[in-house]
Amino acid sequence: MIALVDYGAGNLTSVRKALTALGSDFLVPSTPEECRRARGLIVPGVGHFEATAALDQPWRDAIGDRVRAGVPLFGICVGMQWLFEGSDEAPDVAGLSVITGRITRLQGNAAQRLKVPHVGWNSLDFTGRGARLLRGLSTGAQVYFTHSYAAPVTPECAASTTHANTFSSVVERDNVFGVQFHPEKSSEAGLRILHNFLEVCGGC
Amino acid sequence: MLTKRIIACMDVRDGQVVKGVQFQELRHAGDPAELARRYNVEGIDEVVVLDITATLESRQALARTINAVAHEIFLPLTVGGGIRSEEDAAAAVEAGADKVSLNTAALRQPDLITTLARRYGSQAVIVAIDAKRRNGGFAVYVRSGTTDASRDAVRWAREAEARGAGEILLTSMDRDGTKSGFDCEMTAAVSGAVDIPVIASGGAGTFDHFTDVFTRGQADAALAASIFHYAESSVSELKRHLQAQGIPVRL
Repeated sequence: MIALVDYGAGNLTSVRKALTALGSDFLVPSTPEECRRARGLIVPGVGHFEATAALDQPWRDAIGDRVRAGVPLFGICVGMQWLFEGSDEAPDVAGLSVITGRITRLQGNAAQRLKVPHVGWNSLDFTGRGARLLRGLSTGAQVYFTHSYAAPVTPECAASTTHANTFSSVVERDNVFGVQFHPEKSSEAGLRILHNFLEVCGGC
Repeated sequence: MLTKRIIACMDVRDGQVVKGVQFQELRHAGDPAELARRYNVEGIDEVVVLDITATLESRQALARTINAVAHEIFLPLTVGGGIRSEEDAAAAVEAGADKVSLNTAALRQPDLITTLARRYGSQAVIVAIDAKRRNGGFAVYVRSGTTDASRDAVRWAREAEARGAGEILLTSMDRDGTKSGFDCEMTAAVSGAVDIPVIASGGAGTFDHFTDVFTRGQADAALAASIFHYAESSVSELKRHLQAQGIPVRL
């Protein structure tokens, strides 16, 4: 069973729909304790980093415990940003800090007409590291982004994307995974990535 | 590299897709879920569903339509038409919309843009602007293009951005349904004035019209309806054409 963590940010409808289409057995835990039975955790997200403040200490402890026990964790968009130490978008809100680094604002480039927010389909440039999430895809695969803040390229970066700045679009460290884009909105490529995560969880 | 998006728009009435010319003369174009399925196979980048009647009864029908479309595609889905309140937006999101498009309501109560941007994030809030050329400028119309809003499209787009809109959907009423090409001057004027993406709409008739709006018009995305509905041209053919012209697209 997969725990789809709802912290009140935006809606879970599209992630639920994608998991259902993939035949996943998942639940939306109403208490941190319910995470303890999960064989995998997904922290989705849209919107503002501030919203992750709803994941208070009991939730952080429950999710942190699972990560230390080797249970796979998958952060999507703001959920991926939350895996890092913090974000310039909400400097007072701490991330889970399982990956070192800080989320910063994309700069864009007015002369090249590269706008922020970065909205639309852009490509994944594989780094060749830790690609369990990317199995079945090739470098250059296109996925749907919508964000203004992004993660630095760190040793955990499995794929990067460039929009004026180059940022980490896929991270993987042990059983912790994150993607800056929306796999649930990225057609076949996105479903494949979600499927790969479920495979890591033992085919939940 | 960020690609240029091709967006299919479905104007929906009583659960069926319809399409008019210059906002009138509606004709039937098919079942929304069926069309969405075809567009997905052909490689469409996003889908927009507009409820063009937007009556109380049509609200429930709309929720069913959104749900049916959302089950066919794993792509960004925008819903618009008659979203007047936070509750209307919540109902659309609940039914499966990723973004809502505000038009008349945004002008009447601009705070709604900010309220929805705070609740769902700016990426979920599109402000739709219907405009006509007038006296060398671009005049905004509301209520499905029937009422002059006494506003300039460029200035209104800037204000919408400042209030929290994540994208602008700009429709040329002069070109809507005419297949005579997008209004590239109007699109470029708005696109140059804001930092958020601008979706050009109204007038798509040939593949070269898309090339024009992505180059001369500086559009980030282009939306069309009739050209796709009646299978006159497939999305994949359009994208191959654009790629051959050096315009980055998702293939």
